[in-house]
Amino acid sequence: MCTYATVKTELVGSAKGPDSKWFRVTDGTVYFDHPVHAMAEHTLNIDFADPSKGPGARVAVELTAASAQELVAAIEAALASAPEALKV
Amino acid sequence: MNAETIRIAGHDGEEIEAYLVRPAGDGPRGGVVVIHHMPGYDRGTKEIVRRFAEMGYDAICPNLYWREAPGAAPDDAAATARANGGVPDPRLVGDVGGSAEALRALPTSNGKVGVIGYCSGGRQSVLAACNLPLDAAVDCYGAFVTGTPEEGFPLKVTNLVDQLPNLRCALLGLFGNDDKYPSPEQVDELDEILTREGKPHEFHRYDGAGHAFFSVDRPAYRVEAANDGWERIETFYNTHLGG
Repeated sequence: MCTYATVKTELVGSAKGPDSKWFRVTDGTVYFDHPVHAMAEHTLNIDFADPSKGPGARVAVELTAASAQELVAAIEAALASAPEALKV
Repeated sequence: MNAETIRIAGHDGEEIEAYLVRPAGDGPRGGVVVIHHMPGYDRGTKEIVRRFAEMGYDAICPNLYWREAPGAAPDDAAATARANGGVPDPRLVGDVGGSAEALRALPTSNGKVGVIGYCSGGRQSVLAACNLPLDAAVDCYGAFVTGTPEEGFPLKVTNLVDQLPNLRCALLGLFGNDDKYPSPEQVDELDEILTREGKPHEFHRYDGAGHAFFSVDRPAYRVEAANDGWERIETFYNTHLGG
């Protein structure tokens, strides 16, 4: 869609990225646009990143719209199954 | 042909990286500025730059994401640029203008420079042609040159309708009829505005093709439309950029 429209969110956690190294994730960017690698015209794309460590500190995911919806449901189901006391 | 990565003066004189490819021989010849698509200054775009050199032009592609991510992988640079809000229109104009000047400064230049862009670069090609002294512009399925975004559409770019009366050169437009951004109706609107303004333009619209039909490494690739499109580009640039 070529819009640069991007939803950004702050994140607290870690991701395993370039060179199989773990890094702390501080930023998430979510957008529906052309993928780099996935075989689809448009995908739901998520970048898990730490901008302070440079552009390469990033785990990128490109999902079809349907599979992104399934991921949202899976995340919500997993969170719902966890005791509230553990969700801090 | 000689391909090299160089530095040029972009917007506000800031130094940016660019990919320059020059045919062998003394010239004189025209130049082409290639505006990369949103996924960045990538291998596919550099292949396009080399193709223009093979066609006989000095060709250059500025790295529009150099400021945010110097030396980064193209996809990482594109992600960083996106997270920072994308390329502002004035900066795009400055970077394309700097690229055109770099081409005109070559000893092989005949003084004429064209621009071409794909996807988001299609809109940026028209933007550049409305603001810079260029000799020919090609818009390959650029979204939001015209068109009013649907209500609630999370649009970060504006259309160029108010700038179209300033278009300074002939425009070749290549569009897929299955595309939604730009839709056939938006292409109609662009055609009508340019006709009304007396701006020379030539549009070709392909059935069975959608967005990004030139992209050989994507499922959107449509060989028939892409081959015809390349022939149209070759004829158009021969007309406007020849000695």
